Amino acid sequence: MSGWHAIPSEPELRLWLRSNPLYLSGARELVCALAKRLGFDDLSCCQIALAVDEALANIIRHGYGRRPDGPIWVSLYPTPAQPDTKPDAKGGPVRAELAIVIEDEAQQVDPTQIKGRELDEIRPGGLGVHIMREVMDEVLFERRESVGMRLTMRKTAPRPEDIQRRPCAEAGRADDGCGRLDDQTPSGPSGPNAGAS
Amino acid sequence: MQVQSERQGENAIVRPIGDVDMSGSPELRAAIRQAQQGSPRRLVVDLAHVAYMDSSGVATLVEAMRHAQGAGSELILAAMADRVRAIFEIARLDTYFKIVPSVEDATP
Repeated sequence: MSGWHAIPSEPELRLWLRSNPLYLSGARELVCALAKRLGFDDLSCCQIALAVDEALANIIRHGYGRRPDGPIWVSLYPTPAQPDTKPDAKGGPVRAELAIVIEDEAQQVDPTQIKGRELDEIRPGGLGVHIMREVMDEVLFERRESVGMRLTMRKTAPRPEDIQRRPCAEAGRADDGCGRLDDQTPSGPSGPNAGAS
Repeated sequence: MQVQSERQGENAIVRPIGDVDMSGSPELRAAIRQAQQGSPRRLVVDLAHVAYMDSSGVATLVEAMRHAQGAGSELILAAMADRVRAIFEIARLDTYFKIVPSVEDATP
């Protein structure tokens, strides 16, 4: 996609985590909170968090074979909106952008072979890449120079007129847009599977 | 993530509470499997307290649906938040499942 800001040599934020699914929620909340501060609408914040989650899950599942100790770096490159600068190609103000680079030291694969599967067949699994490509404006897989893979994803905040709905803000739910609801657990009957994880 | 389960006659209700991601989806899968082992006529997954679901959660529900279809029983998703529904729409599974606004709508 043309018109992207160049990714600086150093990120504004970098998260290092091990390939343990327990840490996915923390990564989601960080990315969602940053996107919200940049001015992304609730839907876009949700989408960005989902894309990061799917990317990390794929690294954990396929790259590291579910090993919980593999290193993963999530680097964030925010570009705030610039309402007072030269308008973009469509005459509107320059909108906020968020670039996310996720790197690992896992098994390398041919980037051209990383494709979302066909959705005609309904079966569990294989949706992660499709979801990333649907919700982000750019998705690029690369081999790192020595070991592992690098995934670059970017998203530009939509124009106000393109924001169709606000799925994260529902009547009666104290949702801050990043998935945290008011802290109320139902007091209904508990079965054999009840209990904290 | 917590998962509550209950049986109401021929209906089984599974109620995940929290985020259904790669960390939490195994618990949901286990709860659904256990509920389906009781051969309910109808299994309702109450998503009212699920603020987030990723493709691992979707895969769990697809697997559950396939099991239900094989067993000749019904699986219904209830009280799905819009942001959760969005992932079903991206995966083009929003018409594959029966989705109702509440558990009461699923258990007449």
